[in-house]
Amino acid sequence: MTIRDLLDQTSTGLLSNKVRTGLTMLGIVIGVASVIAMLAIGNGSSNTIQAKIESIGSNLVEVTPGAPRSVGTQVRASSGSAKTLTMDDVTAISSQIPDAEAVAASVTSREQVVAPGMNTNTSVIGVTPAYLTVRDVSVDTGTFFTDDQVTSLAKVAVLGPTTEADLFAADVDPIGQTIRINGNVFTVIGITTSKGGSAGNTTDDEIYIPLTVAQQYFIGNQYVSNISIEAKTSELVTNVQNEVTALLLQRHNISDPTKADFSTLNQSDILSTASSITGTMTALLAAIAGISLLVGGIGIMNMMLTTVTERTREIGLRKAIGAKKGDIRLQFLIESMMLTIIGGIIGIILGMTISWVLTITGMETADVSLVSVILAFGVSAIIGIVFGYYPAARASNLNPIEALRYE
Amino acid sequence: MIECKDIKKDYINGDEVTKAVKGVSFTIQDGEFVAIMGPSGSGKSTLMHILGALDTPTSGQYFLDGKDVSKLTDDQLSDIRANQIGFVFQSFNLLPRTEVIKNVILPLIYLKVDPVERIKRAEQALLSAGLEQTRWHHLSNQLSGGQIQRVAIARALVNDPSLIMADEPTGNLDTRTGEIVLKTFQDLNKKEGHTIILITHELDIAEHADRIIHIRDGVIVSDEKNKNKRISNISLCENENEEKITAECSEIVKQKN
Repeated sequence: MTIRDLLDQTSTGLLSNKVRTGLTMLGIVIGVASVIAMLAIGNGSSNTIQAKIESIGSNLVEVTPGAPRSVGTQVRASSGSAKTLTMDDVTAISSQIPDAEAVAASVTSREQVVAPGMNTNTSVIGVTPAYLTVRDVSVDTGTFFTDDQVTSLAKVAVLGPTTEADLFAADVDPIGQTIRINGNVFTVIGITTSKGGSAGNTTDDEIYIPLTVAQQYFIGNQYVSNISIEAKTSELVTNVQNEVTALLLQRHNISDPTKADFSTLNQSDILSTASSITGTMTALLAAIAGISLLVGGIGIMNMMLTTVTERTREIGLRKAIGAKKGDIRLQFLIESMMLTIIGGIIGIILGMTISWVLTITGMETADVSLVSVILAFGVSAIIGIVFGYYPAARASNLNPIEALRYE
Repeated sequence: MIECKDIKKDYINGDEVTKAVKGVSFTIQDGEFVAIMGPSGSGKSTLMHILGALDTPTSGQYFLDGKDVSKLTDDQLSDIRANQIGFVFQSFNLLPRTEVIKNVILPLIYLKVDPVERIKRAEQALLSAGLEQTRWHHLSNQLSGGQIQRVAIARALVNDPSLIMADEPTGNLDTRTGEIVLKTFQDLNKKEGHTIILITHELDIAEHADRIIHIRDGVIVSDEKNKNKRISNISLCENENEEKITAECSEIVKQKN
């Protein structure tokens, strides 16, 4: 029997009961589609989270005041309010740790901001110009403030694009305009480039002002709430983290590292924690989808067993006119494989459509990977073989005499 | 040539042993038209299964064209059936909802005959079996009983077998249609020289053959030349749809002659 003969014979078999074939195939279609869609959702959200973490800056080590906590809880912890880190620490780090590319200090407070006719409530971050490098922030229009302006307590502000939109109408050039932050007048000198991110979790809705100004007018002390250090290369990140820890322990006269009054955290820790969480989530989603694929496979086996029983006489006839065991087995195996392969292809298309719809409607970022498509297709073909083998073997072992007599 | 030497077949069902065929010997020459006749339970079906290489005897030897097929494996028997035997069954056993021509081609698929050659041979077989050309692309369930059985005969002919086994071929047909089918067998035997074994329990069916082997309780009770052979005088084209006698149909007869 040539391949063409086999396909011809099997398609006749499958088309003879279209409703049953269709319903059985639907099981595989749903299984494959859900595997594709679930993996896409898992992938997509993992990519989104990684992109968000990386958008903070690269090769980053962060120091926050207060006792160290475990990595997991630090991810979303707000900048510490403990008063242990000073500008002197920042200067010491930048002068004594050569592996640090740039060191930036910041303080954060949430303030009411008023522009003529408009107002908003947003994060006001006091920073040094090094913050631009360390956190990968860039200026879209206007300029950022200089170290001199930090020293001279210049009341200037650089707005995030979302904040700008909240405070100024689209046709107004914000550069040179004045805004009031908690009653203090500031001149807008620049707008940062948008970094994206979802509402409530974006760096676009922020106002940057000189660190010294923030300390004086909003915080009321000389402490900093965050030191961000960019290592020269990604290999140096851990090194820098250790050096910073050692330096600060020495400066703060603490001999026991477990009693440190600050904590350090590097970006790869955050990334690995986040990716292990999203990885688990993806695996869980895929497992659920996999179960539905398995159920689809059992449906195939059920249908093939029914088919073999129903077509006992046909099998008997085929054997009587010269079909060998192998011919019969192959025919039924190809039948179940055709079911799962066609079902698999439809499922892949459906799964990709679902992912696409989820993405364009903004419900989820779903990212269909080639691996998941190949995986789903391969698994469905294998299901065809595995669940089709037993019915096919049963068909091939039928005795032609018994089979011809079967009513 | 077919040669049976003391063929025995026992069926074992638990402790009970049923002796279906109890030592049967005969020889059938090429080109003979033989009827094996006996009541139900006589062992004629069992004998037919053995002669048709669907089953092997418990003991004894069966030579088909000089080859002993009594000790072959399942797949070897499949080979014998594919190459040397054509079956016509009482219940037709066509593939449902499948074109006539595809039904006829089926044995050639298992013989791995080249697709173009297949069609040629299937058409030749359909002509020999006397099915009008207009029906060749009908689906098998759109045909009448007589037409279906002729498709089955064409299918049995298509591999050019040394032996055609017809198991109660008229059992599901009315007398008139049955006559046409028997006439077809007679023509195939006389004009094309096919060896035919007809299994039946009715004497007037058996009397269409040249030789009748009578079997009862697993043994041959008589094996003699049929003295009063019936010749169907129904014309091949005068089928059950008499109004459909067409020019094409008579052309088939011309080709056959």
